[in-house]
Amino acid sequence: MDLKDLYRDVILDHNKRPRNFGRLEPCDTSADGNNPLCGDRLTLTLRLEGDRISDIKFDGKGCAISTASASLMTEAIKGKDGAAIKHLSELVHQALTAHGDDSAPPAELGKLAALAGVREYPARVKCASLCWHTLDAALKHRANALGEAPIGPATVSTE
Amino acid sequence: MNARVAEAAYDVARVRADFPVLSTTVRGKRLAFLDTAASAQRPLAVIEAVDHYERTSHANVHRGVYQLSQKATDAFEGARERVRHFLNASSLKEVIFTRGTTESINLVAQSWGPRLGPGDEILITWMEHHANIVPWQMLCQRTGATLKVAPIDRRGELDLEAFRALLSSRTKLVAFTQVSNALGTVLPIQDMIAAARAVGALTLVDGAQAVAHQRVDVQALNCDFYAFSSHKLYGPTGIGVLWARESVLRDMPPWQGGGDMILTVSFSGTTYNELPYRFEAGTPNMSGAVGLAAAIGYLEALGIERAHAHEQRLLGRATAALKAIEGVQIIGEAKEKSGVISFVVDGVHPHDLGTILDDEGVAVRTGHHCAMPVMEFFDVPATARASFGCYSDDADIDQLVRALGRAREVFG
Repeated sequence: MDLKDLYRDVILDHNKRPRNFGRLEPCDTSADGNNPLCGDRLTLTLRLEGDRISDIKFDGKGCAISTASASLMTEAIKGKDGAAIKHLSELVHQALTAHGDDSAPPAELGKLAALAGVREYPARVKCASLCWHTLDAALKHRANALGEAPIGPATVSTE
Repeated sequence: MNARVAEAAYDVARVRADFPVLSTTVRGKRLAFLDTAASAQRPLAVIEAVDHYERTSHANVHRGVYQLSQKATDAFEGARERVRHFLNASSLKEVIFTRGTTESINLVAQSWGPRLGPGDEILITWMEHHANIVPWQMLCQRTGATLKVAPIDRRGELDLEAFRALLSSRTKLVAFTQVSNALGTVLPIQDMIAAARAVGALTLVDGAQAVAHQRVDVQALNCDFYAFSSHKLYGPTGIGVLWARESVLRDMPPWQGGGDMILTVSFSGTTYNELPYRFEAGTPNMSGAVGLAAAIGYLEALGIERAHAHEQRLLGRATAALKAIEGVQIIGEAKEKSGVISFVVDGVHPHDLGTILDDEGVAVRTGHHCAMPVMEFFDVPATARASFGCYSDDADIDQLVRALGRAREVFG
């Protein structure tokens, strides 16, 4: 296990220059995520066309892993529809949590595969998955709003 | 003996040999354990005392007439006497075993607390651990009392004038830490206790970060409650102590019901046991108490003052070494500090720092240290914190400095 597997160049780059950083105003749905263990906080704002994400931004403060993960996620899911996002989300979770698995992550992960080094650092998995949990909360929040079902607070916490 | 002589006589290599975990490695590297403020390591004396108790003396206490139960009772009550002597408490009735500092504080909040009502105030400081904030918030919610918070300054020192100004006849309890776990600040608790007493308030001292590093004399302090945990004192987890003034305890109802805290039970009524057992419902943590007593014995034999002088030298050296690294900022620069250094590094989030340091065998705590108001005050999401114990040495500091260099390389 090498530190360079965790802090790959793609991750250091997205940490230093996060893509899609900021807030969309107005937006169709949003959610806050926080990881109390390390103080990571992020806010996702999304614009939707049907179940397709037409635009997304993230805002907040966090460690390199959580910032890079959010930045990579926004790039990867922009323009994708609900089914494609669900599929991608599952692949990411498998890649992050496959502790001890030496096999290469699936090619369809693209740049998101850079996060796979996290699997050898169990304490850091939450950092990488925070944005995906927050995305899930934002999309559920939207679904609830459209279905006029009672809306819970659109906030997730990894604790 | 002056501090310099004591320091010269301090053989840290020998102390380190007493702590088996320190000879283990992390990813093939020497372990630099710099997280004693979160939990101290255990010396052989503690490990063996617990082992001996388990092998030769265990049965339930205060119950059986058979010899083994008597042995267990003697070990457990012997531990209580050791704690009494350690704190210079005047009576064994004042020494209550709990699960730790957190439970000790909650015991006070739940047993003593309900007498409060609207108009009453509890005063704490901005530097408290969550365990000395949340129980009082919960109590205030239940009783309508008000929680007041004394401010700190940019160096991480208590604003003593503001603290005094917040005291009044409405103040019923003042609860504060002796040493800040997040900043290392040593608070002027003698002055604070005197000021609180002058307005008729009771005082609770959170001694979790203090007991292993300075001699505590509850009679000289003249506080009403003193709480600490065994595992911050080189003892086992799951046991701690609430010391409380006997006259205050007499006036407090039991907080948990069960065995050991009663004299007689019938369905028409129950009479409670005497002090301190009235506050110890259920079978206690006997092996933990035995381990705690061994830890106290170990530290007293080593000399708390000598260990403290050693830790203070390391604190000075580490502070200077960290300040010399570009981009490192120390959070909390009080004049009087315990062996705790909180810091942040420009461009490196504390959580990333923790991972990189771990890769170099350096164990530091990263996060908010259960003191989120302190993080908010200094406007940082988290810090990295290096803390020292009696076994910390110069090599630990050198390894930390090297690892910080590595972090700056990775994030350069």
